[in-house]
Amino acid sequence: MSLATLLLLADGRLPSGGHAHSGGLEPQISAGRVRDVTGLEGFLHGKLATSGLVAAAFAAATCADVRRCGELDAGMDARTPSPALRKASRAQGRALLRAGRAMWPVSPHTGREPHQPVALGALAAAAGLQPLEAAVAAAHGVTTGTASAGVRLLGLDPYAVHALLARLAPVCDRIAAQAADRCGDAVDDLPAAGAPLLDIGAEHHATWEVRLFAS
Amino acid sequence: MRAEARVVAEADGRGGTRLAVLRGESPLLLRQTGPRSGTATVHLVGGAAGPLRGDELRLDITVGPGAALDMLSVAAQLALPGRAAPASRMTVTASVADGGVLRWMPEPLIAAAGSDHIVETRVTVEAGGTVLWRDDLVCGRHGEDSGDVHTDVIIGYAGTTVYRHELTAGPRAPGWSGAAVLGEGRAVGTIVVAGPGVSATAGVMGADAAVMPLAGPAYLVTAVGADSRRVKDALDPYCSRALVAA
Amino acid sequence: MHPELHEHGPEEVPHTHPDPGVDPHEPLHAGPRALRIGIGGPVGSGKTALVAALCRALGEELRLAVVTNDIYTTEDADFLLRNGVLPAERIRAVETGCCPHTAIRDDISANLDAVEDLEATLGPLDLVLVESGGDNLTATFSKGLIDQQIFVVDVSGGDKVPRKGGPGVTTADLLVINKTDLAPMVGADLAVMDRDAKARRHELPTVFLSLAEDKAATPVADWIRGLIAARTDAAVVS
Repeated sequence: MSLATLLLLADGRLPSGGHAHSGGLEPQISAGRVRDVTGLEGFLHGKLATSGLVAAAFAAATCADVRRCGELDAGMDARTPSPALRKASRAQGRALLRAGRAMWPVSPHTGREPHQPVALGALAAAAGLQPLEAAVAAAHGVTTGTASAGVRLLGLDPYAVHALLARLAPVCDRIAAQAADRCGDAVDDLPAAGAPLLDIGAEHHATWEVRLFAS
Repeated sequence: MRAEARVVAEADGRGGTRLAVLRGESPLLLRQTGPRSGTATVHLVGGAAGPLRGDELRLDITVGPGAALDMLSVAAQLALPGRAAPASRMTVTASVADGGVLRWMPEPLIAAAGSDHIVETRVTVEAGGTVLWRDDLVCGRHGEDSGDVHTDVIIGYAGTTVYRHELTAGPRAPGWSGAAVLGEGRAVGTIVVAGPGVSATAGVMGADAAVMPLAGPAYLVTAVGADSRRVKDALDPYCSRALVAA
Repeated sequence: MHPELHEHGPEEVPHTHPDPGVDPHEPLHAGPRALRIGIGGPVGSGKTALVAALCRALGEELRLAVVTNDIYTTEDADFLLRNGVLPAERIRAVETGCCPHTAIRDDISANLDAVEDLEATLGPLDLVLVESGGDNLTATFSKGLIDQQIFVVDVSGGDKVPRKGGPGVTTADLLVINKTDLAPMVGADLAVMDRDAKARRHELPTVFLSLAEDKAATPVADWIRGLIAARTDAAVVS
C-alpha cells in the first residue's frame, strides 16, 4: 500500500464535487437540531455509526472485488430509502469517477453513475489500495465533508471543529476496521444501519427553493 | 423463555381467506378476530410480560396465493430488563405468494430502560404479492431512558431486496440521539409497502415525516416524533389506504 | 484493436492503459462539443442580465444552453425562466455549497456534469454559457471547464476596479464594463477605466456596455459570434 496514495484519495481537495454536499447537515441546521459544535458532534457520531459504517463497508467490499459493483450498487439502493439521498450519492459517485479516471485506471464495472461508496471502492482498488484503506477513506470523508459544511453554514470556529475531527479519528478507524472485516459478506449481510432523520431531512431539503448545498 | 408461533393463511376458494395454521405459545399467543369472510385478521395477544433479556421468540407468517391477512396486536410489546442475560430476540419472518396480501400493523415496541432487545425481520414477497409492513418503536416508557434496542429488517420483492434497514437506539448506540438519527425524538415508525405497480410520490408531511419511493416497486413512510402519538398520527393514514390497485 | 478504444471484459483485472492521457471509458463525442463560455464577476455586476441578453440575442441563431451557479440554488435559473429567454430544459442550476469560486475553479465536477447532461438531453449544442455565482475579483474559471471567459464589472463599483486588477480583470478573455449609463451618477470616469483596463490587460479586449440601453448586449454577442465563426473555420480547415 501507499500512504501517500491514501491521503490523496481521502483529501477534501480531490475535485469530486464533495464541497457542494453538506452530508445532510443543512436541513438539520435549518430544523434547529444543530446549532454549535456540540450539536455537530452528536450529528457526526450518529452519521458515522449509520451511513458512515454503510459507506465504509460498501467501499471496502467494492475494493475487495470490483466485479461486485453491480450487486453492491443495488445494495446501496436498498439501504438508501430517500430518493434525494440516492440522487446525491450517485452524483457524488459520478464526480468521484471523473476525478479517479484521470488519476488511475478505474474498472469499467462501476457504470456511469454508481453510488459514492461503490465509486470510492473502485478508485481505491485502481489505486492499489486495500479494503481497509478504502473503508478509512470513506469514514473519513463522511466526517470531514460534513464538518466543513458546518464551518461554512454556522460560522463555527474551525479550530474547535478540527478538535472534534481529531476526537472522531479513532472512531473512523474503528468503523473502518469493522467494515473491512465484513467486506466479503453477501450483500444482504453487509451493514445497513439507517438514520431516520437523515432520510427525512434530505426529503425536506429537496423541496426547498433556496438551498446552499446539493444535499 | 423460548416461544414460537406460526400463521399460515390460504385462499378459501370463495374469495375469502382461511387460516390453515394458527399456533402460538406464551408469550406469543395468536387469536383470530373479526369477521370470517374476506381478509383474515389475527391479533397477537401478550401471554406474559416481556420479552425479557434472554427470551427467544419467533413468529412465522405465510400468506398463500390469493390470501389476505391482517396481523395486529392488542397492546404494545414491552421489552424489559429482567435478569442479567444476553439480549432478548424476536424473529419475524413472512412470505407472501403471488396474489397474496399481508398487512403487518402491530402496536409499538417499547424499549424500557435497561432492556436489551433485538428484532430481526425477514419479509419475502413473490412477484405479484403485496405487503404493508409497519414497525413503531418507542425508546423508553414515559419519562424514562431508552433501553438498548436493535432492529434489523430485510424486505425483498420478486427476488430483489428493496429495503434493508437496521436501527440501533439506546445507551450503547453512538449518536442515536444526535441530529442524524433520532435527535430528541423518542418514537419512530416506518411503513414499507411493496407490491406490483406500487409507487408513491416523494413528499414530506410536517417537520419529521416523509414518504420515500424506494428504488424498487415499493415506498417507505418514516416518521420521528417526541412520542408514539406523533408517529401514529403521521403513519395511520397510510395504513388505511387501498393497497392493491383496482 | 486500437489500444485506447478497446472494450473491457467483465473478468478483467484493473490494468494500466498505454496512453495515460486518454480515458478509454468516456464516451466519444460524435462531433465537436459546444463552445463553453464562463461568465464571472462580482455580485450585482449584471452577469445574469448579460446571460439573459445573450440568450435573447443568440437564441435564434445558435443551439444554446446555460448553467447557473448562484449561491442560492435556483435564483438565476428562475430569473432566466421568468424572463422567458430560454426554455427550462436548456437551463441547469448547480449548487455550490457556499463556495461559488470552488465550483468554477477548484472542483468543476458538478458543472461538467451539468454541461454533459445538457448535451446528452438536448443533442449537439453550439454554445454553453456557464454563469458563476457572484464572487470577488479573484474568481476565475478553470480551463478544464470553459474555453473562454468573460468577466463583468460595473461602473458603480468605482472607476478604480480595472486599476485594482485581480485575475478576473487581468486575465479574462473579455472584460465587460457594465452599467455605463450610471457613470455620471456615480462619478465614474469611463476614460480612466478604459486606460487602466488597457494597461492591465494589454491586448485582451474590453467592452463598455449598458444593458439598460443595449438589450441585445451587442458588443458581447458579436465577440461570441466571432469565436463561433473561428471554431467553424478551424473545423473546416482540419
